[in-house]
Amino acid sequence: MSEPLLDVQHLTMRFGGLVAIDDLSFVASQREITAIIGPNGAGKTTVFNCLTGFYKPTVGQLTFHADGQKLLLEQMEGFRIARAGVARTFQNIRLFGQMSVLENLIVAQHDALMRASGYTVLGALGFPSYRRAEEEAVERARGWLDRIGLVEQADWDAMHLPYGQQRKLEIARAMCTQPKLLCLDEPAAGLNPRETAELGQLLRAVRDEFGVGVLLIEHDMGVVMGISDHIVVLDYGRLIADGVPDEVRTDPNVIKAYLGETEEEELPPEVAADLADGPPAPGLGQL
Amino acid sequence: MAGRVLADRATVPTGIDWPRALKESGLAAFVAFVLFLPLIGMQTVGIEGGLGLRYRMDWVLIGTAAVFVGRLALAAGRTVGLEGIGAALAPAARAQALIAPYGKFLAIAGVAFAFALPFMPFANRYVVDIGTTVLIYVMLGWGLNIVVGLAGLLDLGYVAFYAVGAYSFALFAQWFELGFWVSLPIAGALAALFGILLGFPVLRLRGDYLAIVTLGFGEIVRIILLNWYAVTNGPNGISAIPRPSFFGMAFDRSPPEGETAFHEFFGLSYSSLHRVAFLYFLILFLALITNAFVLRIRKLPIGRAWEALREDEIACRALGINPTSTKLTAFALGAMFGGFAGSFFATRQGFISPESFTFIESALVLAIVVLGGMGSQIGVVFAAMVLVLLPEFGREFEQYRMLLFGAAMVMIMVWRPRGLFAHREPTIRLHGRAPIDAGGPERP
Repeated sequence: MSEPLLDVQHLTMRFGGLVAIDDLSFVASQREITAIIGPNGAGKTTVFNCLTGFYKPTVGQLTFHADGQKLLLEQMEGFRIARAGVARTFQNIRLFGQMSVLENLIVAQHDALMRASGYTVLGALGFPSYRRAEEEAVERARGWLDRIGLVEQADWDAMHLPYGQQRKLEIARAMCTQPKLLCLDEPAAGLNPRETAELGQLLRAVRDEFGVGVLLIEHDMGVVMGISDHIVVLDYGRLIADGVPDEVRTDPNVIKAYLGETEEEELPPEVAADLADGPPAPGLGQL
Repeated sequence: MAGRVLADRATVPTGIDWPRALKESGLAAFVAFVLFLPLIGMQTVGIEGGLGLRYRMDWVLIGTAAVFVGRLALAAGRTVGLEGIGAALAPAARAQALIAPYGKFLAIAGVAFAFALPFMPFANRYVVDIGTTVLIYVMLGWGLNIVVGLAGLLDLGYVAFYAVGAYSFALFAQWFELGFWVSLPIAGALAALFGILLGFPVLRLRGDYLAIVTLGFGEIVRIILLNWYAVTNGPNGISAIPRPSFFGMAFDRSPPEGETAFHEFFGLSYSSLHRVAFLYFLILFLALITNAFVLRIRKLPIGRAWEALREDEIACRALGINPTSTKLTAFALGAMFGGFAGSFFATRQGFISPESFTFIESALVLAIVVLGGMGSQIGVVFAAMVLVLLPEFGREFEQYRMLLFGAAMVMIMVWRPRGLFAHREPTIRLHGRAPIDAGGPERP
């Protein structure tokens, strides 16, 4: 197993009496795609929100290994986490709709450009160093637009892009922050099969060409099993399985979480007895 | 958008739904009748020994009938195509998109006209004075555009910074005998400081909540000015604020011993118009600096961060943008230009009192920004001209001013909710302008 990138230890998140995440520990490695799966409401997005500083975890330690440094994400503000190299996308796309596609990618490089513009002062005076930095930013953006096939639409308002392209643009925008860990919240939701296949290629490129670790929440099992190096399964906020795709696929706990308990275990004995007497209820057998 | 709706309606032939229209009109007429009965129907008249009532039932009936007919026309118009009015407004946006490539030329022409105005044959003292007033509002609009148009923070208390700028200069002049040019940057810095002071408590607020707190802030500043007698002289205001000088030369008929007046230096005969024209050029200069600043900063990282913050604050945080400092800079810089404009206002009037800084001023400036199109610089100029000049031309209709104002706002909100000039030009382009624009989807 390769070097750890993100080490989640005993993460617990409570909202009042509700325990959204319960003592979750897992490790995401560098240059690997780690998928977090689980039924709806299992707490997957809450993990992301804790990681990216939108929630403060109730308990737990989130260690991010950035360039030999160890950063404790639970103690950092959201925007500082992003600057440290954790980028994310959102379940409901959050692009800057009234800004152009290119501008979306330039804004993602805000921190670097802000420093290059001498916190606005040098930039306002038109210093050549800032102009060079901006040209570099545009080149990086152009590279990503090329990769996701949006060069033609670079000057459109982002809200005018079709849905699938908006998803890709959001990933490109996150990558323009030059992260070390890319967190994707259901990137394949609403994509057609061709777009889903392209997404898989894009994520492999992110891992193999850019050496970025990917943390992926996804319901599309085709995508998850196809590209993940490592899968973490949550149910009711608890870790129920952790391993390579083939292990997880056959794990009885995972099957139970996704498909429900078998009827013998679930039904009270008297009901089971009734069922055994009468005609079998339609559909129950399929569970 | 309006055009598309119109096209959709046109393909489906619809008649007027008379029963529904009549029912609607009847209901409206009933409500109007109930309201008109006390409002119009009864008039208090002075009779011997007190007040008496006079009944005007004819007027109530006329008013009710007018509401009935009007509502019927509205209901009929809705099916027949009242959108026509909206469609008539839509070309404003298309025209804006069309003239965008010539925007530079238009802007230069506008600035050239502004410079030439005091030298025009029709330019008397009144015209130049009105021009100055328009330019004050243009400058305030451009300043507020940073906060509202770019950063998307609805600010209903902008007049507070205008007041801070005006009072700073007036007090510096009164107590430390500082001149206009020395006070100007200090007043701007103080206003910016107030912007940050306001910014801190409202960092977490958005939309309506933010609007209410800023509105309160504007009132707090005005009420402090009104009650802090020792410093601000309360409702009596501060008078004898010094006039600005032109490189140390005053615009007086007979300057103090040892100083040269403007007209003496240039060998002109004294005219009171010199000072009026000078004030006009001064505010033109200040406004153009504001504009240049806003246009420049929009293309810098901080400007893009403001716009991104307007679009989606959560996404901004996930991209490493510090929302706190970004918002505070927007508040501070917007406030700074308000402060500059306030200093100018003080020196122009020579007298200021809290009465000049009421909520209606904030509302007017905000209306200029919203009417013109949030974030649009040219829209602000247009809207400022409309909102300042119309009342001047229609002095005899003064009573109906607010009525017209309200109607205009409602119409804009219904048909062009993003303002008259809502076309947004990207701050940076990958391709040239023409070919992609032609291929790009139409902006709604």
